[in-house]
Amino acid sequence: MNRDHLVFFLFLLVFAAVNIYLFASGSLPANMTGLGTFIAAGITLSLYSFLYKDNPLFKFAENLYVGVAAAYTLNQVWYTVLLPDVITPISELDGESMNNLWLLVPTMLGFFMLTQLSAAKYSWLSRIAFAFVVGLGSGLAIPRTIAANLLAQMQPTMQAITPDFAGVNLFIILVGVVAVLVYFFYSVEHTGAVGVASKIGIYFLMISFGASFGYTIMARLSLLIGRVGFLLEEWLVLQLPLF
Amino acid sequence: MRYCFLFLALLFGAAPIHAQQPTGVEAIDTPNDSGGSITVTWARAELPDGAVYKLAVGESEHGPFHPINRSEVNLQSTDPGTFGHGDETHHRVFAKITEYADLADPSNRLPIENGKTYYVRVNAQLPSGETLPFAIASATASENFFNWSKGNNFVIGTVFSLIILGGIILAQKRDLFIRRIAGLEALDEALGRATEMGKPVLFAHGLHPMGSVSTIAAINVLSRVANRTAEFNTELRVANNDPIVMAVSREVVKESYLNAGRPDAYSEDMVFMVATEQFSYAAALDGMMVRDRPATNILMGYFYAESLLLAETGASIGAIQIAGTDSYTQLPFFITTCDYTLMGEELYAASAYLSREPKLLGSLKGQDIGKAVLLIAMILGTLLATVFDFDTLTHVFSAD
Repeated sequence: MNRDHLVFFLFLLVFAAVNIYLFASGSLPANMTGLGTFIAAGITLSLYSFLYKDNPLFKFAENLYVGVAAAYTLNQVWYTVLLPDVITPISELDGESMNNLWLLVPTMLGFFMLTQLSAAKYSWLSRIAFAFVVGLGSGLAIPRTIAANLLAQMQPTMQAITPDFAGVNLFIILVGVVAVLVYFFYSVEHTGAVGVASKIGIYFLMISFGASFGYTIMARLSLLIGRVGFLLEEWLVLQLPLF
Repeated sequence: MRYCFLFLALLFGAAPIHAQQPTGVEAIDTPNDSGGSITVTWARAELPDGAVYKLAVGESEHGPFHPINRSEVNLQSTDPGTFGHGDETHHRVFAKITEYADLADPSNRLPIENGKTYYVRVNAQLPSGETLPFAIASATASENFFNWSKGNNFVIGTVFSLIILGGIILAQKRDLFIRRIAGLEALDEALGRATEMGKPVLFAHGLHPMGSVSTIAAINVLSRVANRTAEFNTELRVANNDPIVMAVSREVVKESYLNAGRPDAYSEDMVFMVATEQFSYAAALDGMMVRDRPATNILMGYFYAESLLLAETGASIGAIQIAGTDSYTQLPFFITTCDYTLMGEELYAASAYLSREPKLLGSLKGQDIGKAVLLIAMILGTLLATVFDFDTLTHVFSAD
């Protein structure tokens, strides 16, 4: 038995002992709520065990997570898309509700996608569906991208620069936008004046990435705090006002 | 067009004016919409603090009038998307009405119907409770075929498309220069390393579906990677979280192996579905990385919070990592944990850079010209607004 096995069995032993104590002392109720807390704590610790190294507990939690996610997605698609939008309207087709006949077109496109799984003789049909999805997606994305990524950025940058702090702010933004745009020029060599502007652009990018990094780390820490709070307050039922 | 609507409304829609009542009340079909809405405008007036405007809708000039709650009215001091940026709009109040209360059951909301004439009553209520005389104006909602407020979007999109087309034509006639992109220069080196070590190359897609620009760019990079792994006889594994992206990836990898003269080396199992949920995708990929220990990780597409989980695990197993994303919130994580990172547009440029195809090179050239146009417009617009107080160029680039 090597060190990893020892750690693994010790962990299982401690986890089992703690849960026996929690259930026996009534800290965790012997009902579905208590069972749910026990399972959630076990899966949380199993996933965190990856921080030590890959192990059977992590593998179990990982496969369970993937399986549950797939089942959840299937459930969602069935009850929120297929059943209300396809199966029910088509199964209720009669003389009065022939307007729903158009639903057969997207349904057929959906079936065409499944031909990917069939022999090469029929799999070309899937290209019709993919062409539709890619074409529609691009068509929707282009005007939205121009509005959100271009116009919504351009207009606030093109404002009158006033001799106050707001003006200084606007000037810095203008310099930053221009310099970063120069960095993303591909058809000129980044030397001389273009090189200097490009370098300033990189500084602006790195400053913004640094700010974004710090901000996101804070958000991730709050997620960690939430999880540790669950383990201490809901699973171990510690009465400390920790979180 | 938007000014025509306002002018016609002002000219023909005038309601009788009494002392202190809201003046210049006009109701028109809300321009540039898909119907189901009318807009009421009236002159901005100096009212005592606490005074409020009351709106009511009726299907006849003589009532009955159905009240509209303040929360249900989109009351705006200006409405550039509908009425432009002229100074005259700053002297008016605009209210868009899409529904009103049913008198029999006030909790039931009745929608504004297309083709039906509605009469809108506007009056002001003083803090004392006294209600000033009202004014009535009528309008009929209808659908508009074009949303003229998005005209600048259309023009800019068309002009840029033409510029890109010009770039493509230019690229077909002569060779175009593209500056060095370090992350892409390293791609062959990273794939060569995997070959030397006899370990697989892991290509992980981001979370966006096939319609996303970053996913399309990632597919283009995948094509080049698959071509190289076919030539080097290196194992390639492509992880997906979207079934459509997986199907497209399969086609692309298959074609690349065919083009490289190695159709026998292609297997459908190379491109596989991992999970559709974000963190189960990350957990499964992390597990794969520590077990299979790929020599090279290529992470391309739009990533969210899983970016650091993937890149950190990849770094811990000693894989050479090349990431590319246009998700600016995740770029810092890739920059700190990966060997090379393609930032934003570098990912889009990757396919042109790798393939050197005239169409893609010309498109990149066209984009550069477009960027230059925007850069000049931005500097010129700021100068005009600052020195001459002239903001028309700024409004040309309005997203409203």
